[in-house]
Amino acid sequence: MKNTSATSDWILFIAFAAAVLTMPIWLAPFGANYPDLMQKFAIFGVFAIGFNILFGLTGYLSFGHAAFLGVGSYTAVWSFKLLTMNVLPAVVFSIVVAGAFAFLIGFISLRRSGIYFSILTLAFAQMSYNLAYSVLTPITNGETGLQLSLSDARVLDAAVGVSTGRSLPSTSLFGIKMSGLPGFYFCAVALIIGFFIALRITRSPFGTMLRGIKSNQTRMSYTGLNTRPYLIWAFVISGMYAGLAGSLLAVTDPLAGAERMQWTASGEVVLMTILGGAGTLLGPVLGAALIKYFENIFSAFNDVTLNQAFDALPDGLQGFVVELVSLFVGDGWHLTLGLLFMITVIFLPGGIMEGMRRIGGLFTRKKPQPASSTTSAVADPS
Amino acid sequence: MDALILQLLNGLDKGGAYALIALGLTLVFGTLGVVNFAHGAIFMIGAFCAVTLRKLLTISTQVRDESITLFEAYKEVPILEAKFPVVGSIIVHFSVPLAILAAIPVMLALGLLMERGLIRHFYKRPHADQILVTFGLAIICQEIIRHYFGANPIPQAAPAVVAGSANIGAFLGLGDNVVYPWWRLIYLLFSFIVIAAVFAFLQFTTFGMVVRAGMQDREMVGLLGIDIQRRFTIVFGMAAVVAGLAGVMYTPILPPDYHMGMDFLVLSFVVVVVGGMGSLGGAVLAGFLLGILQSFASMNEIKSVLPGIDQIIIYLVAVVVLLVRPRGLMGRKGVMED
Repeated sequence: MKNTSATSDWILFIAFAAAVLTMPIWLAPFGANYPDLMQKFAIFGVFAIGFNILFGLTGYLSFGHAAFLGVGSYTAVWSFKLLTMNVLPAVVFSIVVAGAFAFLIGFISLRRSGIYFSILTLAFAQMSYNLAYSVLTPITNGETGLQLSLSDARVLDAAVGVSTGRSLPSTSLFGIKMSGLPGFYFCAVALIIGFFIALRITRSPFGTMLRGIKSNQTRMSYTGLNTRPYLIWAFVISGMYAGLAGSLLAVTDPLAGAERMQWTASGEVVLMTILGGAGTLLGPVLGAALIKYFENIFSAFNDVTLNQAFDALPDGLQGFVVELVSLFVGDGWHLTLGLLFMITVIFLPGGIMEGMRRIGGLFTRKKPQPASSTTSAVADPS
Repeated sequence: MDALILQLLNGLDKGGAYALIALGLTLVFGTLGVVNFAHGAIFMIGAFCAVTLRKLLTISTQVRDESITLFEAYKEVPILEAKFPVVGSIIVHFSVPLAILAAIPVMLALGLLMERGLIRHFYKRPHADQILVTFGLAIICQEIIRHYFGANPIPQAAPAVVAGSANIGAFLGLGDNVVYPWWRLIYLLFSFIVIAAVFAFLQFTTFGMVVRAGMQDREMVGLLGIDIQRRFTIVFGMAAVVAGLAGVMYTPILPPDYHMGMDFLVLSFVVVVVGGMGSLGGAVLAGFLLGILQSFASMNEIKSVLPGIDQIIIYLVAVVVLLVRPRGLMGRKGVMED
């Protein structure tokens, strides 16, 4: 933690912003510069940054964060249906509603810590998921998912006199349609703002307090501090990030389904954060982008493309290799995900950021700092 | 009244599965101090032991179909039945009970392998890491199963002898309205037997005594010159066997598919927490309790008053219990108090 001066933070922030905004250019060689995928990078980057504020800073492992993502999506779609197709109100409402929801759940869950906290959050998320599927169908539209329809009220749009005609309207920001590249830039700006806030939080006394809770909560209480308000705030903030991510999902594709709240979705954001490096600033964004990138690449393979790829091999060997590789791609992408998950937790608990630090340490011929990160998946912030 | 009895049986049935899985989870947690998110996957693999055995037993051959005389017709008949008409067909019909015998060594080996290969490196790591690594393992197990068996549920038949329903109404003198599938009754009995066996093993054998002593004070047992680690490894294997058997026996009730483990895992964890981390009796009690609560909540009379309650009752109970009695119903002092 030697580079915590204000200047280096600004450099980090500006470099980050530049890297995000130029994504369409430098991602071209990877074949990942199309808007749909880049939107996903940005959206799940926001989600992971928010999750990291809770898990990375305080060490509280929430297994139900997808619930806030889902709530954000539903709120955004309802805003599109009832008020206006403009995305700004949708985003604001989503953040507020997800934050309120997070406060409610956090208020109860944070009474316990450790594995109990994980299971409580998991229980709440499963509860929301089950309710969204069954009783709340009037709000969530059950299995079909919440969609726009021609008969929607859209009070504000109607007041201004924007008529949608006979086709479904698309989301827009004061007339700019939020699909394709403009949609990506909207998400990118959200990501950059989110990153900036996370940076400020990490460096603030509040962030120090959260890290103090992680390293020794008992001692914090003995010094006369009530840690609960800090934890609740961290939980609410990270819930708001998840709500923002959920609303962005709805902005790029105005549709919300209950499966976004399932606990496997919560597991995915945990994985993103761990893979990139929990507790670091850049790590979660990196992890999110990597996972979405590989998901996109790997699940596109099928037997035909594989056979083409390994055409050069002798026939018998080709069959064997294709058989083996097909385990891991296409439908089997989740297997790769699981393996990646285990390998990261076992060998590189600090994630990619720790790996880079180790490699960097090799070159500068300095011993890499044996921080607490070697024993825990939650590394120190860089 | 009739409906109440049926729901009670339903609940006990579900509770049996929860209790068996939760028992294993608690055993592992109490001995090794490891939070095992892969336990649901073990349950699922147990179920697929039954599927595999049935597949092996019914490898078929082409046999002349005698019933069609106009032309030469062939039908597929399991080799076993073709070679040994009587014994073979009995074996095929009893594939699920037979799978129990097959599953015990398989699950034991799997459990030992898992413990030696992975879990033991995680004793000293934080619980968060244990959760994460076993979560990854669970994903891997379920994806491998999906690759080989497909994503669709594979129905398994119970032996024909017990395929029907038992008229327990007549047995209890309540009229003929109360009928209940035989296999579910057998499952209930089976879960009682397994639970009793595990408790007896821990209570009445020297091995069990050492394990219990190790759960109380691991260091002291070690100082007495007992290799407690090895016994705990065996306990992990035992937990895997219990979960696996629960899976095997559950196949005729619920056609197994690759994510059944995850579904049961979340609920079983809730069961363990409600019962009290590290308390075996608590796990069993909470398992049956939550099972019964869930099945009563899914009665129409209750659903019409509180819509959706059947979906969330278990989680709701867990939340209330955790907040009112943080240690769970029968939690021990000093286990996971933070």
